[in-house]
Amino acid sequence: MEILSFLIDGIFLALEPTNLILIVIGVTVGLFIGAMPGLGSVNGVAILLPITFLVPPASAIIFLAAIYYGAMYGGAISSVTLGIPGASTAVATTFDGRPLALQGRASLALVTAALASFVGGTVANIFFTLFAPVLASAALSFGPPEIFALMLLAFATFVGLSGDDVPKTIFSICLGLVLATVGFDTISGAPRLVLFEIDGFLRGIGFIVLAIGVYGIGEMLWTIEQTRGEVTTTNPKMTVKGMASDAKEAVQRGWKGTWIGSFIGFFVGILPAAGATPGSLMSYGVAKMLSRNPEEYGRGSPDGVAAPEAANNSASTGSMLPMLTLGIPGSPTTAILLGGMVIWGLVPGPRLFVDETEFVWGLIGSFYISNIAALVINLAFIPLFIWMLRMPFTILAPLIFVLSIIGGFAASRSMHDLWLIVIFGLAAFFLRKFDYPLAPAVLAIVLGPIAEPTLRQSLLLSSGDPMIFFNRPIAGPITVVAIILILLPALKYLRRKKPVAKG
Amino acid sequence: MKLTKRVFLALAASSTIATLPMTAVAQDWEPRRPIDFTIMAGPGGGADQIARFIQSVVEAGDLTNRPLIPTNRGGGSGAESLLHLKDARDPDHTLMVTLNSFYTTPIRQEGLGVDIETFTPITMMGVDPFVLWVHKDSGITTFEEFVAKVQEMNGDYVMGGTGTGQEDSIVIAYMSSAYGLDINYIPFDGGGAVAAALAGQQIMATVNNPAEAKGFYESGDFLPILSFSDERMDAFPDVPTLKEKGQDFSYYNQRAIVGAPGMTPEAAAYYREVFGQVYDSEQWQNYLVSESLSPLPMDEATTRAYWSTQVANHRQLLADIGN
Repeated sequence: MEILSFLIDGIFLALEPTNLILIVIGVTVGLFIGAMPGLGSVNGVAILLPITFLVPPASAIIFLAAIYYGAMYGGAISSVTLGIPGASTAVATTFDGRPLALQGRASLALVTAALASFVGGTVANIFFTLFAPVLASAALSFGPPEIFALMLLAFATFVGLSGDDVPKTIFSICLGLVLATVGFDTISGAPRLVLFEIDGFLRGIGFIVLAIGVYGIGEMLWTIEQTRGEVTTTNPKMTVKGMASDAKEAVQRGWKGTWIGSFIGFFVGILPAAGATPGSLMSYGVAKMLSRNPEEYGRGSPDGVAAPEAANNSASTGSMLPMLTLGIPGSPTTAILLGGMVIWGLVPGPRLFVDETEFVWGLIGSFYISNIAALVINLAFIPLFIWMLRMPFTILAPLIFVLSIIGGFAASRSMHDLWLIVIFGLAAFFLRKFDYPLAPAVLAIVLGPIAEPTLRQSLLLSSGDPMIFFNRPIAGPITVVAIILILLPALKYLRRKKPVAKG
Repeated sequence: MKLTKRVFLALAASSTIATLPMTAVAQDWEPRRPIDFTIMAGPGGGADQIARFIQSVVEAGDLTNRPLIPTNRGGGSGAESLLHLKDARDPDHTLMVTLNSFYTTPIRQEGLGVDIETFTPITMMGVDPFVLWVHKDSGITTFEEFVAKVQEMNGDYVMGGTGTGQEDSIVIAYMSSAYGLDINYIPFDGGGAVAAALAGQQIMATVNNPAEAKGFYESGDFLPILSFSDERMDAFPDVPTLKEKGQDFSYYNQRAIVGAPGMTPEAAAYYREVFGQVYDSEQWQNYLVSESLSPLPMDEATTRAYWSTQVANHRQLLADIGN
């Protein structure tokens, strides 16, 4: 009951006029930063960090957390309306959000995303409130072998269950993995695959560059080629009644994905080194795996929108946990928040909950308020985003192109990245012509940089013995499940081939 | 259309707020555009924290008439930053926050063609000492017990760090060769990840800057058993130094601001004035104490001499550890 009284005090602190105003501003700013392709919560929080010196630390972190929340909601918006993930955390949202928009059901997708985000955030808040210190120390038992096993599982959910051509899926994953190794090797400390000796490759190839190339430029070329410019987006209607019925449908057809995303997102989010992006991708994979109609996924399933959206909100709250209780950032954004806390003179770590009770509970209280504020503000803006979709394609296409370029440049301020975006866009178009699925490549460039170092760290720990992935109590079961999932389609493939061969 | 406008308005509004108050410092030269404030490391690490702290002190005190724009360019162990400065088109508006990869990266990657002695010294903000940490459950409380344990485990003693050729690996390599230790060294992605691995006992010991281990030290999870500073540190008066153990070795991470090669003396003077004010500010002085940094103020000529000795030292250290 002590927790409850702390929480109520925290919520009241968050409801103080200054804090409430900061929450509303933060969520709104975050929503738009998140919606801008290329710019995500990292950029938003980094840009606005200095402003927080004008207010007390508790208000400052509440403001930044509100931006973080808003950006998580906002990421879905361009995923659905433009087909470009607004942030790395929203890439899985494009898989089903975009098809829904093309069917004229953009409002269903956006409403589903908003509701799922809300549930994800709420579930995570409740877990956070009740179990923060316990979960934080449990997360520490995830060492390199456990994280690698988890990454293997994430790949497995994609290979094992993609209805697509398995060899082509594997090719696509390998392509992503190779791109992920460009740049700098943490383990040996040496630069590698610096293609053509171009210095820009020293930094490696960012996920956002590939995603904007593939989903921004590539998708646009594809649409133009398919339709010869005669795109007929079914005129989406927007009424209060329509939104209410969308909300009803979202609940009916998206509840399962929402719950899966809420739970998986939170637990992946609290792991050091993981964060919201792997969390949302894994939730999508698992939701598809557990679905009765996996063939609906990728063609506009509300569950496919709900799972990643619930997960990215849940995971972003989750990744606050190791930051506050252990001083370890679970995601790039929390790394900047952590820097902010040090600037404000707070010491994140095991003592924070004891020494800075008011600060911690004010922040947790603000999560609840921000979540509600984000839902309301997001729903209020949906008609605006829908209106954008009504623009003729001849206007929308150049707009997408410009947004892709600006977003890609803003994230890193490097011309090198812009050229890569264009090259990836063209490459994506041709790969798609040959029926190569591109989502696995994008997945690989997100998970590769986590999987590769943890694999090598594990093998260093065990002096090269791969049994380390099997004989540790947490890593073992995860690895076994992952391997079964990878082998599953091979078995199905053989079973399917046999009768054909006989006949 | 509205979407873009909105975003731009939001961004524009935020940057306006950040730059509203103008400075009143009388100077011959003043920045004419936003100042590129390159950080030699990724977000969240020690260097990044310090850079953002400095930026915040500048903002809070309205010390510049144009904003500092921090950008993380940590690629290739800082190579990306070094090249960015070397090829800066506008050296008068290009600054960098360094760590010791400022010295090691040009030595380890000669192909870059970077000579740091051409860079412009601005301000030495302080130096960050290194400390050897173990987990409280390890049963080790002194450096002698640590040495005995490592020797007994015969190559199975696992330490974590931020990578071969990085600051902590140089310290560990020196310690290993001085005491004949065979340590299994596992590289992690940044000081925060290293601290987490020790907290979860994935590894048995680390060499870290105090700031990165502070939270766990205060909660009692980490024990400092040796420091690599010249004198005992104020924060850990009971922890002996390696020098006391009879080794002539100390090692610090440099926290400095440098300018691009070719920066005009007027611009350099302006930035020295600005960051000198940051250095003297109450916020920075408190930060030095709370994060256990040592002050090491020096003027331009001393800095240049210091760079030459550091480059020579690092060349020797890296050669000793076979890099």
